[in-house]
Amino acid sequence: MPEIRNYTLNFGPQHPAAHGVLRLVLEMDGEVIERADPHIGLLHRGTEKLAEYKPFNQSIGYMDRLDYVSMMCNEHGYVRAIEKLLGIDPPIRAHYIRTLFDEITRVLNHLMWLGAHALDIGAMSVFLYCFREREDLMDCYEAVSGARLHATYYRPGGVHRDLPDQMPQFPERSSQWHSRRDMKKLNRARGGSLLDFIADFSQRFPALIDEYETLLTDNRIWKQRTVGIGVVTPERAKALGFTGPMLRGSGIAWDLRKKQPYAAYDQVQFDIPIGQNGDCYDRYLVRIEEMRQSNRIIQQCVEWLRHHPGPVMIDDHKIAPPTRAKVKEDMEALIHHFKLFTEGYCPPAGEVYAAVEAPKGEFGCYIIADGANKPYRLKVRAPGFPHLAAMNEMAKGHMLADVVAIIGTMDIVFGEIDR
Amino acid sequence: MLRSVRDYFNSLLLVELFKGLQLTGAYLFKRKFTVQYPEEKIPVSPRFRGLHALRRYPNGEERCIACKLCEAVCPALAITIEAEPRADGSRRTTRYEIDLFKCIYCGFCEESCPVDSIVETSIYEYHFEQLGDNVMTKEKLLAIGDQYEAEIAEARLKDAPYR
Repeated sequence: MPEIRNYTLNFGPQHPAAHGVLRLVLEMDGEVIERADPHIGLLHRGTEKLAEYKPFNQSIGYMDRLDYVSMMCNEHGYVRAIEKLLGIDPPIRAHYIRTLFDEITRVLNHLMWLGAHALDIGAMSVFLYCFREREDLMDCYEAVSGARLHATYYRPGGVHRDLPDQMPQFPERSSQWHSRRDMKKLNRARGGSLLDFIADFSQRFPALIDEYETLLTDNRIWKQRTVGIGVVTPERAKALGFTGPMLRGSGIAWDLRKKQPYAAYDQVQFDIPIGQNGDCYDRYLVRIEEMRQSNRIIQQCVEWLRHHPGPVMIDDHKIAPPTRAKVKEDMEALIHHFKLFTEGYCPPAGEVYAAVEAPKGEFGCYIIADGANKPYRLKVRAPGFPHLAAMNEMAKGHMLADVVAIIGTMDIVFGEIDR
Repeated sequence: MLRSVRDYFNSLLLVELFKGLQLTGAYLFKRKFTVQYPEEKIPVSPRFRGLHALRRYPNGEERCIACKLCEAVCPALAITIEAEPRADGSRRTTRYEIDLFKCIYCGFCEESCPVDSIVETSIYEYHFEQLGDNVMTKEKLLAIGDQYEAEIAEARLKDAPYR
């Protein structure tokens, strides 16, 4: 009788460590992975097809929902493609606001990643600390766009509204749990404008990153679980189409923010951290350092934005709607308003590709326009897809428990992979 | 040499583990900043996009003129409008429905409305008990607008310079 050795294990689609709806068919030899076969498509919502049936602006909200932990970066990729198609350039202040919020998004994403990754590997408290900071950043999102996650804030030609001069405040009265003094403390950073709030956060943040590092970087359990796991050589990383921290973790200094600067990235100083060994631990270190660099960029943007008021949207009412006050008194503005919200705008026929450095890697939008008010075809280049495609290569020969670490290090979000 | 000796003792004495424990231990005794949700709430920005409402003019006349801009701009096709002239000759909606299961809360309806009629309020606590409750009819939307008019107007006023 032949001896049966390999057996197949279904990991997911409902598994707490699968980061969403990943179904992983694992062929195992004992506890060692022989072959890992990711099955995707369980979160497919047809975003690309939906976009073909709506005017350009109406798909912005759907871009948020692709990679739902780095919302504004996705919008940026889409909006930049439209701007390229239209041949317009937003005002400089809009560029800085976008840079600021791209970096806030990067920190948001990396915090989410760090918390989830650590939780998968067995560290509970990091998750709680990360979400504490995410709360502050989501307040920034809310203050500026009105939504804590799906912002719909970037628009072709700039951003929707300028940064508010006031942060919403906690009511200053005592409750069953908190005294007046406590409430005052909660309001400490909320006294000024949004920029003051962000400045206060960026001042506190480096110390908080140190806290995460105290818990993880030298921790022996963390190191045992990540060092030497999922090693990708620089050559293979390039060949597999890796971008973002996955590529930089393997030691290749490639970052679209430096190599093909967009928005205001050529105006700010920051460094690109790279890893050496290309294992999970190096990618962890790269992402931690990226948070510090993002914080640097945030500080520079806040400083610039404080001293340079100005328009945040281009003054072309064929593309950007006129202000409310204008709509109410000016007939022409009202016509523009109606035209823009019904038909939208018709960019010239052509093809464009525009990419941004999203927290997970290169997020790009490829648009074919045929001169109509909606795209003929929209293709989204999601960074997570090639990373997940390398699952087999990264997991082969590792133990079952390491698969969890590898999924974590890829920073997978199914919204963008399945689209 | 010195370094390897130091590393050896650091590792033997579980230094990094105790450092981590010290950090979490310090948090154990720190003052808690948890917001006790149902009783206490976090502050909401005037730009917040929550439950929808239809507003009225101060004289009680409904604002909506059935221009159908919101219906046209809604990316999720959540809004359905039917309109015809009223007895006094003015154009008003006979049906205005928002399906909240379809709605993605992008705020485009509010942005497009030329008479500030449809708004997204800062209400975020609501639920449906039966299938069909998710469709907000004109009556329900107007009722929300009437009940929260003061808050709605205040938030719009606060954010007016940016619109």
